[in-house]
Parts: sequence; C-alpha cells; structure tokens
Amino acid sequence: MTLAVHARGLVKVFGDVRAVNGVDLDIGEGEIFGVLGPNGAGKTTMLKMLATLLAIDEGEAAVFGVDVRREPHRVRQLIGVTGQYASVDENLTAAENLWLFGRLQGLGRRQARATAAELLEQFGLTDAANKRISQFSGGMRRRLDLAASLITRPPLIFLDEPTTGLDPRTRGQMWDTIRGLVASGCTVLLTTQYLDEADQLADRIVVIDHGRKVAQGTPDELKNSVGDLTLHLRLAAGADLSLAGDVVRRQLGGEPVLTPESGQLNVPLASADHVADVLIGLRQAGVALASVSVDKPTLDEVFLALTGHDAGETERPDPRPQAIPAQAPEKVTR
Amino acid sequence: MSTITIDAWAAVARTQARPSAADTFRQTLAMAWRATKKMRRNPEQFFDVTLQPILFTVMFAYIFGGAISGDVKSYLPLMIPGILAQTVLTCSMATGTQLREDMDKGVFDRFRSLPMARISPLAGPMVADLLRYTIAATITFLMGIAIGYRPGGGVLGVLGAILLAVVTGWSLAWVFTCLGTVARSAQSVQGISMLIMFPLTFLSNAFVPVDTLPGWLAAFVRVNPVSHLVSADRDLANHAELTAQVGWTLVACAAVIAIFAPLSVRLYKRHL
Ligand SMILES: Nc1ncnc2c1ncn2[C@@H]1O[C@H](COP(=O)(O)OP(=O)(O)O)[C@@H](O)[C@H]1O
Ligand SMILES: [Mg+2]
Repeated sequence: MTLAVHARGLVKVFGDVRAVNGVDLDIGEGEIFGVLGPNGAGKTTMLKMLATLLAIDEGEAAVFGVDVRREPHRVRQLIGVTGQYASVDENLTAAENLWLFGRLQGLGRRQARATAAELLEQFGLTDAANKRISQFSGGMRRRLDLAASLITRPPLIFLDEPTTGLDPRTRGQMWDTIRGLVASGCTVLLTTQYLDEADQLADRIVVIDHGRKVAQGTPDELKNSVGDLTLHLRLAAGADLSLAGDVVRRQLGGEPVLTPESGQLNVPLASADHVADVLIGLRQAGVALASVSVDKPTLDEVFLALTGHDAGETERPDPRPQAIPAQAPEKVTR
Repeated sequence: MSTITIDAWAAVARTQARPSAADTFRQTLAMAWRATKKMRRNPEQFFDVTLQPILFTVMFAYIFGGAISGDVKSYLPLMIPGILAQTVLTCSMATGTQLREDMDKGVFDRFRSLPMARISPLAGPMVADLLRYTIAATITFLMGIAIGYRPGGGVLGVLGAILLAVVTGWSLAWVFTCLGTVARSAQSVQGISMLIMFPLTFLSNAFVPVDTLPGWLAAFVRVNPVSHLVSADRDLANHAELTAQVGWTLVACAAVIAIFAPLSVRLYKRHL
C-alpha cells in the first residue's frame, strides 16, 4: 500500500549543525501523525523538507507515492502547509488573502470568492472578513492561516506547532478543527512541543531530538514508557535519598529519577493508586518527607526517560541504542 | 463542508507535472493584483515616482540650464528626456528593493508551498509597476511643460517617448529583480542598485552634450544603453522621429530580459 508520507534517511545540514540527521517516517492515509520535540529539535526543518520548502540534503521522501525531490510541483498540489509563523499577507484583508490563494491555485474568480466565504464561515472569521490582518489576534491569524491551507482541499496537511502561543480556549478550538479535518479524509502531520497535544490529537507520535528519532509509537505506548503520572517527592532535610530510591524500586519495580542537590525524587506511576504504596513504604523505612505532589508527565520527563537528558540540555550524552537508528554523528562532508 | 470527503488518490491522479502557460499568466495577474493592493494601501510607495521628477526637473533646469545651453528654456528639450530616463531607472531600482523586502515576509513561504509557476511572484509585481513608470514619466513631461518646455514632437511624439521609457524601465527592472533574489537584505539591494544606477545615468548623454566630454568618457557614454534611450526619446519628443536609436534601445531591452529574467527565476528557485 502506498503511504501518505514515506521518508527514508532524511538529512538537512546547516553549516555545522545536522538539523535533521537521518529520520525515517511512514505515515498512513487518514492518520494524525505527531512529531514531538523541544525547541531546536529539527521539527520545522523536517516538515519544510517534506513540504518542498527546503532542499533535501540526503535521503528520500514521497508524498502519496510522488517523489518530493523530483516532482515538487506535483507534491505542492497535494499538500497544505501552515507554518509556525503566520504566512498570510499583512497588506490584505482576510477575504482578499483567501481569494488570492484561491486564484493562485486555479480557482475562477467567482469560485475563489465563494470558497473564501465558505472557509471564513467555517473558521468563525466572517465578521473579520474585511479587516486587515494587522488587526487580527494571534488566534485569528492561526485560523486564517489554516483556512488558507485548505482552499483546494489537499489530502495532506502539514501543521507546524499549530497551537503554540494560543490561550487554552483557542487551543481547544484548534484541536476540534484538526479532528474535523481528519474526519473529512485528510491526513495530518503536526509538530508540537506539548505531550498533551500529541496525546489529544495524534494516532501515532515520533519523538525527535537533535535531529534524530528517539522514540516512536502510539501516545499510550509512549506514556507507558514514562508512566501515566509522576509522583514528585521532596525529602525532609537529612533524609536518605538512596534509601528512598531503593524503597521505590522495591515497591513499584520502576526506576525513580533522583536529584540529590535538592533532595528530590520523581517517580513514574502507572496509576494513581500506587501513590499510597510508595508513601507507606517510605514511612515504614523511616524516610521523612517535606512535600508530595502528583502530576501528568511533562515533555521534559518524557525526554528524560527516553534520552537520559533534559529537553533543554544542549550537550548530547549517548542516546539509548535500541531507540535510534545506528548512525554516528559524523562530520559534514559535501 | 465536512460532508465532502477527500479522495487522495483521485487528487494524485489530477496533479500536473508543471504549470501551463495559462496557469502562469493567471498567477502573474493575481500577483500583480496583490501588488496594486499593496501600493494603494501604502501610498508612500509613490513618493519616488511623483516627487523625484518634480524636484529634479526644476533643480536641473535652473542649475545647469544657463551653463549648458545659455538659458533654461533651450536646455529643456535636451534635459527632459534625460530626466525621463533617470526617473524610470530609479523606479525600476525600487522593484528589486521591494521584492527583497517582500520575500522576507511569511507570506512568501506560502507562495513557495503553492503549485505556482516560479516566475509569477517575480513578474506579478513588475506588471503592477508599469503603473508607476507611467505615472513617473507623465509627471516628468507635465513638469517640463509647466516650466516652459514645448515638445516639438507633439502629442504622438511625447506618447511614444513615454512608452519607450516605460518599456526600458520595465526591462531594466529585471536586473534589479535578479539582485533582489540574491542579496541578503533590502538595504544591500538598495546599495548595489545605486552603484549600478549612478554611472548608468550620469555617464550618459542625459544631461550634457557628448561632445563636451573627454574622448575615453565619450566612448563609454556612446555605448551606454541609457544614452540610446535618451537620444531616442529626444528624437521622439522633440521631432516625432522614429530613429535607429529606438531600435538600439529595444535591442538592449531584449538582451537584458533574455539574460536576467531566466537568471532571476533560477536564483529564486534556489531559495527553496
Ligand atoms: N535556516 C537555518 N540556518 C541555520 N540553522 C538553522 C536554520 N533553520 C534551522 N536551523 C537550526 O536547525 C536546528 C533545528 O531547527 P528547527 O527545525 O527550527 O527546530 P524546531 O522546529 O524543532 O524548533 C536548530 O539548531 C536551528 O538553529
Ligand atoms: Mg519549529
């Protein structure tokens, strides 16, 4: 079966930086596929290569079986791209923007106007149709931007961090819109820095870091590797951290993350019920606690679990070999 | 809208390998429409095309008129076609600067991601710029007439001179468009354009008779395409004569387009 996106060994080099360093992707038709990673991981770069906006330095990619390198013009007829930063014309109104993009893609004048009106309606922008974009809020811009990608109803949509910087309500609306797209038969590739966003939307996720794939799976598989919840413990002054670690290991069979400097202990949990087990175990061992809290795992914790380093850290310790295609970060040769 | 479902494979089957000539034409006009909207909403873009011909006509006439031709009135037939050439050249320079500015905006990312002919984002603004050249050329003549210029070529001669100047300005704009696609910033386009523009306009017969110049300089001035435009426009505006100079000007224009239009598209594509 031909896939919506099929990529092998994608590489993009900027000077000394291998922004994307040998990534494989397989995205099925009708999927919402999430690319999760911290700032600078290479998400935008990868998306731009697939969307014909950046030349592919090494590797190959195909969109619905059409080769991205050899037939970019064909690929452009199959995709809609909504970038991380608004890509609409500041000098035009919302309606004019959509009309222009419609005309550029072969719609007749009347058809372009009708499609523009329809999309503005669908995205709740009818009242703002004749306003200049410079007067738009961040959320309105994002919606217009997405609307502009849908004019020809392309079967594959690229969304680069569609909700970064939006308030929670607008974010929820954007999520509904994205689900609606897939319901109508689109395939969506979206990048995000938020685990909960990937969790809410994506059928499958890849986690990338320093241009490499570090994990891949369904949101559940990914979260199970970290635990659904994280128990944060801070020990009272003088309490024995390594003893506390042993207790957790014995009670849960899982690996806690210790931060000796602040006497902290983060424990991945499969279920909230296990909190009691841990606390009772600690009481019995005589470990005194200063504070306790339970949270959903953050992207940082997912990262720590997957890569053994913080999302924000710049140096790169050896990543876990089984999660990664075996490739040494060699010097750039061109 | 959600009732329409998308058939990816039908969409793949519908794709075309390259844009047709009709697509290219429609896309260029759509981009020209965008450029005129932008002009209407940023009227300061018209400052150079309106103020420069007014200012330069008056300034040059009263400063050089007495020295070169004895008095202002007899200098005008020599000078107005020169100012005309200088004005359209300045306008065509702005084309490159504005393209560079435009290309740095987010919306160009969308243009790049659309199945568009790669020439239309370049050619569209240039079609819209025809308006600017025409305004600038017309104001130059009106200003000249206001201070006493009486073109001997009559209405037809003057219209011919304007038309030739517009065509030349448009052709030369491809040089600056090309520059716009390679330069790092709008400022650098501006800087380099000035370096090209000043020798071209001042080392020509635009403001002084060639026989007053030293031999080596006269040699350059005679081959400078701007000189051909100025001579052709003098013949048209002052005598309504269609001389060989018109032909030379058009040949130079054709050569500039043949070199710089494909080069610009190629360099623009390289940005991808
Ligand atoms: N045009 C560019 N020139 C040089 N370096 C770049 C360029 N674009 C991205 N990079 C670098 O590539 C890496 C990945 O960037 P990016 O793909 O934007 O990450 P993300 O979208 O995941 O935040 C970063 O280190 C960034 O600095
Ligand atoms: Mg990014």
